[in-house]
Amino acid sequence: MILSQQAKIPVRVTGVERVTPSIKTFTFEREDSAPLPSFSGGSHIVVEMRGGERTYRNPYSLMSPPEDYPSAYQISVRCDDQGRGGAQYMHERVREGDEMTISGPANLFPLTVTAPRHVLIAGGIGITPFLAQLHELRQRGLAYELHYQYRDAEGAAFRDRLAARFGDQTRFYESGRDQYVDPTAILADQPLGTHAYVCGPAGLTQAVHEAAAELGWPARNVHSEEFAAPPPGKPFKVVLERSQREVEVPANASALEAIEEAGIQPSCSCRGGSCGQCEQTVLEGDIDHNDHFLSDEAKARNSSMMICVSRARSDRVVLDL
Amino acid sequence: MGNEASVAVPEVKPVETFRDDFTFANSPKAIRRFPFPFTEDSYMYSVNIEPHNGGPAGSPYAPAFDIDEHYLSEVEERRKVLAEDPSRCTVLEHMMPAQWDTLELLMESLSTDYPDYFVLTRDGDQWTWENRLLGIKDTFTFGDPDTLPYEPFEYITRQVQGDFTLHDQRDNMLYMDGGMLTCQADWSLQFDLGMNFYEWHGPVPRAHEMGVFERALKYLLNLRVGEPVRRLNWTMTVHPRMDTSPENYHKWGIDRATVTPENVGDYAHLRVELQSLYRLPRSNAVLFSIRCYLISLNELVTIPKWAKRMHRVIKTLPEDLADYKGFIGYRPMVVDYLAPFDDGAELTPGAAPE
Repeated sequence: MILSQQAKIPVRVTGVERVTPSIKTFTFEREDSAPLPSFSGGSHIVVEMRGGERTYRNPYSLMSPPEDYPSAYQISVRCDDQGRGGAQYMHERVREGDEMTISGPANLFPLTVTAPRHVLIAGGIGITPFLAQLHELRQRGLAYELHYQYRDAEGAAFRDRLAARFGDQTRFYESGRDQYVDPTAILADQPLGTHAYVCGPAGLTQAVHEAAAELGWPARNVHSEEFAAPPPGKPFKVVLERSQREVEVPANASALEAIEEAGIQPSCSCRGGSCGQCEQTVLEGDIDHNDHFLSDEAKARNSSMMICVSRARSDRVVLDL
Repeated sequence: MGNEASVAVPEVKPVETFRDDFTFANSPKAIRRFPFPFTEDSYMYSVNIEPHNGGPAGSPYAPAFDIDEHYLSEVEERRKVLAEDPSRCTVLEHMMPAQWDTLELLMESLSTDYPDYFVLTRDGDQWTWENRLLGIKDTFTFGDPDTLPYEPFEYITRQVQGDFTLHDQRDNMLYMDGGMLTCQADWSLQFDLGMNFYEWHGPVPRAHEMGVFERALKYLLNLRVGEPVRRLNWTMTVHPRMDTSPENYHKWGIDRATVTPENVGDYAHLRVELQSLYRLPRSNAVLFSIRCYLISLNELVTIPKWAKRMHRVIKTLPEDLADYKGFIGYRPMVVDYLAPFDDGAELTPGAAPE
């Protein structure tokens, strides 16, 4: 199977806005002002960040309304102590007027539009895909409600905008004042056929999945999106059996990035351990899985790995690549 | 996708028939550009998907959606099928955004690839579509189905060669939630409508066990806007009959018993589908285009390399595949017909005529 490489769209940064102390919103437009591809709510783009000590390619949800022929895309990036290099790059280096490269949109977190009712649960920066989906839900005339939890009023990105446009369908929770989303209470009385969507910290995602399972919801009615950051770790060696190559993966780069650096382009898409596109067969080696794609059983089998985010516990990994 | 420079302007023949008197035939030019599917001397399933990003000028791979000399004939055949059975075009209600996505993609692609035949003019949401081959010029409001004579998907696919299906993506699965099927190889939209990817591929032998569908589905779930992919599929059909649907099996099933060593070169046709898949931007649905090409054995053997390769492929095809493809009954006649054209010489790799 021949796989296509991601289309690259050259854009200019036409806006950088600090919306909270730790969140910035970036606006991208095409150089020639032509429209960008239309997209559906829940889509993400991969932003390429060059010129630093290394190239970062990170996925970010599109938060602008999914209108026809959008003239601009907007994403929001949070930077904190645990932020990966890319988020830091976006916060510290990207200025209005900069030229950057983005991928076309892809959607790993689509609405199930056949469902009559939709419950959206966001924690912190996880609000971004819902900003786009709320427009789509409204446009399609579907019933919905949004639950948005944040630490404090200062960090409540887009709260006022949401209150103004979707106020009657929205509930806010300030965890700094001991207000927390209660997944069981939210999901308990929903009509049959309702779908729930969660985007936020791992703990919140897990709590929603567990509450739904406890209440007897079908697993496929609960959706979550979480892009993993490629975590740093100890260096290891990747042996590419079919290409007859050996690649050293340094502490601060992913296996995918190191392989690309060596001039080989494995198939990949989201770069956040979600889409499954970069899965490689492991012939030898002990894998430290960091993705959200493989099941726990598949991870235990140790026979494949997502090279965008997973690393090796062993000094050496042999891939069928 | 194709562009003006690489897509030749096709000459379009007057209407020929795909039923009754079967006047359909390929010109020598159409024979040479036929998408012959066999690149090796034997055939087995594989996930043979590649980017649909153009091809040699004049080939069916160059444009996004191929228009050829049979355009008027196929549009007329579709009209006849729909007149007898309107349910051949059915789209579920939640797919309306995907209908508009389809209309936009087809109108943009056709007017870019064939500017002499198709013209799209846009003024905000007021669109004017001109199809010079059919003498159509309609102005409508994009997004308002009431301004078109049919729903948007039916409106545009009545003007394009080949079948189309629409697939909603939800819960990490693709569902067949709409389609326009008038030239299908023995499968039914009314039967498959609403099925998921594994269900509608249920009858295909071997491929499930080979893990082909699992890999293909994972790949298609990640299909991106603006990065379409394609593959070829094939079977055999008696007579140049486009509508080999289960609904009309009583009209064509019997044909397979009428093949004789004398008429096999004229009756037996290789049927190739150039399948392309597009992610649609607003709906996140997948559009599946199934463009059907027919060539009789008499026409096919005018290309010596194809005659030899076809002989080897059909002769060595496993029984269950020949059975599934519906020609196991007359396969020996096809092999006997092709044998004299095959001197056993080694063939160049690939499917090109030479």
